[in-house]
Amino acid sequence: MTEATKPARVPVAMTVNGRSVSAEIEPRTLLVQYLRENLDLTGTHVGCDTSQCGACVVHVGGEAVKSCTMLAVQADGMSVTTIEGLATGGALHPMQAAFRENHGLQCGFCTPGMIMSAVDLVTRFGPDLDEKTIRENLDGNLCRCTGYHNIVKSIAAGARAMGAAATPRAAE
Amino acid sequence: MNASVSSTVTPIGAAVRRKEDHRFITGKGRYTDDLDRPGQAHAYFLRSPYAHARIRSLDVTAAKAMPGVVDILTGADLAADGIGDLICGWMIHSKDGSPMKMGSHPALAKDKVRYVGDHVAVVIAESLNAAKDAALTVEVEYELLPAVADLAAAQDGTAAQVHDCAPRNTAFEWELGDRAATEAAFARAAKVTTLDLVNNRLAPNAIEPRAAIGEYDAGDEAFTLWTTSQNPHVARLVLSAFVGIAPEHKLRVIAPDVGGGFGSKIFIYAEETVCAWAAKKVGRPVKWTADRSEAFLSDAHGRDHISHAELALDETGKIIGLRVHTRANMGAYLSTFASSIPTYLYATLLSGQYDIPAIYCEVDAIYTTTAPVDAYRGAGRPEATFLLERIVEKAARERGEDPADFRRRNFIRTFPHQTPVIMAYDAGDYDASLDKAMELADYAGFPARRAEAERRGKLRGIGFSAYIEACGIAPSAAVGSLGAGVGLWESAEVRVNPTGNVEVLTGSHSHGQGHETTFAQLVSARLGIPIDQVSVVHGDTDKVQFGMGTYGSRSGAVGMSAISKALDKVEAKAKKIAAHILEAAEGDIEFKDGRFTVAGTDRSLAFAEVALNAYVAHKFPTSEIEPGLKEGAFYDPTNFTFPAGCHICEVEVDPETGVTEIVNFTAVDDFGVIINPMIVEGQVHGGLGQGIGQALLEGVTYDADGQLVTGSYMDYTMPRAGDLPSFTVGITTTRCPSNPLGIKGCGEAGAIGSPPAVINALTDALGTEDVPMPATPARVWAIARKSLSARAARQAAE
Repeated sequence: MTEATKPARVPVAMTVNGRSVSAEIEPRTLLVQYLRENLDLTGTHVGCDTSQCGACVVHVGGEAVKSCTMLAVQADGMSVTTIEGLATGGALHPMQAAFRENHGLQCGFCTPGMIMSAVDLVTRFGPDLDEKTIRENLDGNLCRCTGYHNIVKSIAAGARAMGAAATPRAAE
Repeated sequence: MNASVSSTVTPIGAAVRRKEDHRFITGKGRYTDDLDRPGQAHAYFLRSPYAHARIRSLDVTAAKAMPGVVDILTGADLAADGIGDLICGWMIHSKDGSPMKMGSHPALAKDKVRYVGDHVAVVIAESLNAAKDAALTVEVEYELLPAVADLAAAQDGTAAQVHDCAPRNTAFEWELGDRAATEAAFARAAKVTTLDLVNNRLAPNAIEPRAAIGEYDAGDEAFTLWTTSQNPHVARLVLSAFVGIAPEHKLRVIAPDVGGGFGSKIFIYAEETVCAWAAKKVGRPVKWTADRSEAFLSDAHGRDHISHAELALDETGKIIGLRVHTRANMGAYLSTFASSIPTYLYATLLSGQYDIPAIYCEVDAIYTTTAPVDAYRGAGRPEATFLLERIVEKAARERGEDPADFRRRNFIRTFPHQTPVIMAYDAGDYDASLDKAMELADYAGFPARRAEAERRGKLRGIGFSAYIEACGIAPSAAVGSLGAGVGLWESAEVRVNPTGNVEVLTGSHSHGQGHETTFAQLVSARLGIPIDQVSVVHGDTDKVQFGMGTYGSRSGAVGMSAISKALDKVEAKAKKIAAHILEAAEGDIEFKDGRFTVAGTDRSLAFAEVALNAYVAHKFPTSEIEPGLKEGAFYDPTNFTFPAGCHICEVEVDPETGVTEIVNFTAVDDFGVIINPMIVEGQVHGGLGQGIGQALLEGVTYDADGQLVTGSYMDYTMPRAGDLPSFTVGITTTRCPSNPLGIKGCGEAGAIGSPPAVINALTDALGTEDVPMPATPARVWAIARKSLSARAARQAAE
């Protein structure tokens, strides 16, 4: 490969955690790479290479997305929320608080993706989540530390808290 | 924003919420891959695509000319710089007295590769993509050799030899116990139960992949290595004293937040070794992060035993002897602790909770052309427990008796109890855990539940596992006499600041266990100061002088005991100072609830007041008492600790799909004194998840050519939330007599006790002992069909 055949950079622009950002990037840049390497938002993690572990889950246009399986250019013009953007005005999001209160994390590596998926669960299914619904819909999020027991408890509690606060759809 | 961290004094035994959570739930964790060093280059390892081959030639010229390449380094470069091999730090001797045959393990291959994924060269480039592109153009000529992928066949004279120094691919042939006494027991046995079993190979799969950043400061002539390590000081010691990267005082190792380890991040691997060395060679920081495929290929795997076991009983059903022969897969090289896992961490637990007078165990450690095998959550104790608890259950069934009754007959009830396999159990009450587990699991109601399930066309089974394990690793002289190259004490320094808050520097290193909370909780309780006044410092060899790290369920029993000793010294010195300030005799000073009081009076000082006085140093004779309030301690355990318990698993199998549902999993554990029950339960849950995963879902598979078939999450089944139930967890307590806090430790018990409980339940449901791990739906379906048609044939004949 020579200088002449180096992949051309393309412009990309989006809103991340409420802030407008833009860059010139190689088209093959994954959204998770753009977030971690260009924007220094290292809260979103890479845990696998087959799109199964869920450590990379963020919200794009209000929906949970695996940022390792999306090109940054596919998010062009969209609104992205990462774990860093979940808390608002100095207060933890109820789901974040629920994970701490219920010991839903140990090493913390799967936690950002887990929390983002959990918030999305509430968006899709409402705040009254039963154990079966939670467990079935976490099939895209792997945790090696907790055995999921307290994650399920955390999500049920966080969902109830979100319902009680009548929180609108995840912060755009 | 972290207002929820308690500003109260936290007692021992309280479910204090974690301080470290704040950064993890807000995305501010600092894992190794999150860090970037100015001017860093990226490393990509060229790995062998073959299981066994000689390297005929290696030409990096074309690759070096690729865009963005900084350098490409090989085993020849490593050897030219005098960099030593990776080591195994535990010497095991064979039965004939000869030392184990440790094949050379260079960080980059010299002339031979021995497993798919073995390290051939490292490409260092401006970006990872540039490094990967260049790696494709490295020209390697391999001369293929036959793979040795089958553990059962590796010792045949016909298999290829993985290491020249190890004929029949045998690293060592070891034994433990009394052969003659055991043979005598079998000679007079009324009944002998036999069992052949396989403990399946597992991939650890911490969700954070391994990573390393090596950096060299030419001005200081000193290295810094960031690494995903459970034990940064051990990494530093090995890399300096054995591998020869740098003298110890010129090598700083930092393990920042580590995203899970389970043993796999104990070892000193090729990648961080090369990153450190290469940083000096290329004059830039060198960063490497594994992708998941690399993790599957090269993180040390766990388990992988083939065993034959025999249990000798007298006519009353009392166990009089146990005989075991195990073939243990070491993989292609002896990893850092690998030799100890199937020996002193395995055979020494073969007595279990039972009073067995005679035990004899032989272990052959065998090389194969697969990834190295080393400690993985439980490290030897799951293998022992699986074998013993399955053969005990089988023996009970052969006698036609309830497995709980059979166990009770054989329980150890007097302590201390010296087993025939080195371990001397200090305290325990195995009846208590069995009783509580049976109650919580509603064992009595099982027959009715089984009948009801049968009416729905489902098969229910229930299985026990009465486990004991040895952890709180470990008494230094004891393990030294058994071949360990290091002591296994732990260190702590308690620094009281003039303003009365405290830093605890610990040689332990949390990778999920919550030390920033539990260690602070201990200090808060002891000194009577709010927990938010206590910080825990770990993971940096520049800050903490030395430590042995976190594994072997030791951070509570050993790490906290070191802190407790240091706190003893702090209290003693503080009392001396308080006595001077309160103008009383030292013997009249009482310390309670954070205050130093002259006995029988109301004259007292708060801890913070004494701390300030210690540093202001105006009011006591500094010729007798040094200023300051900072004390350190090294704690060496006097024994292993012996957590024990009873797990009961109830399953329901759908014979039409082979799917096994765990309808209830009950775990009752005795961990001695518990500092934070929330943390302890979390450890149990996590261990259960991994143990159930081993039993039903997980298994590393290599094909006959030594190719890793289960190389990603597409093929290796990780337990998901939908695969596991919510657990029923209970506690019984016998205080650990061997350390100041009475702690036994809890980190591995879940993974140790659960696999046999699950398989015993499945063998009960399916009516056959021949249920392998993982008992996947495909396997269970086939077994169920066979079993059901055999039963139908029997019924037709009646």
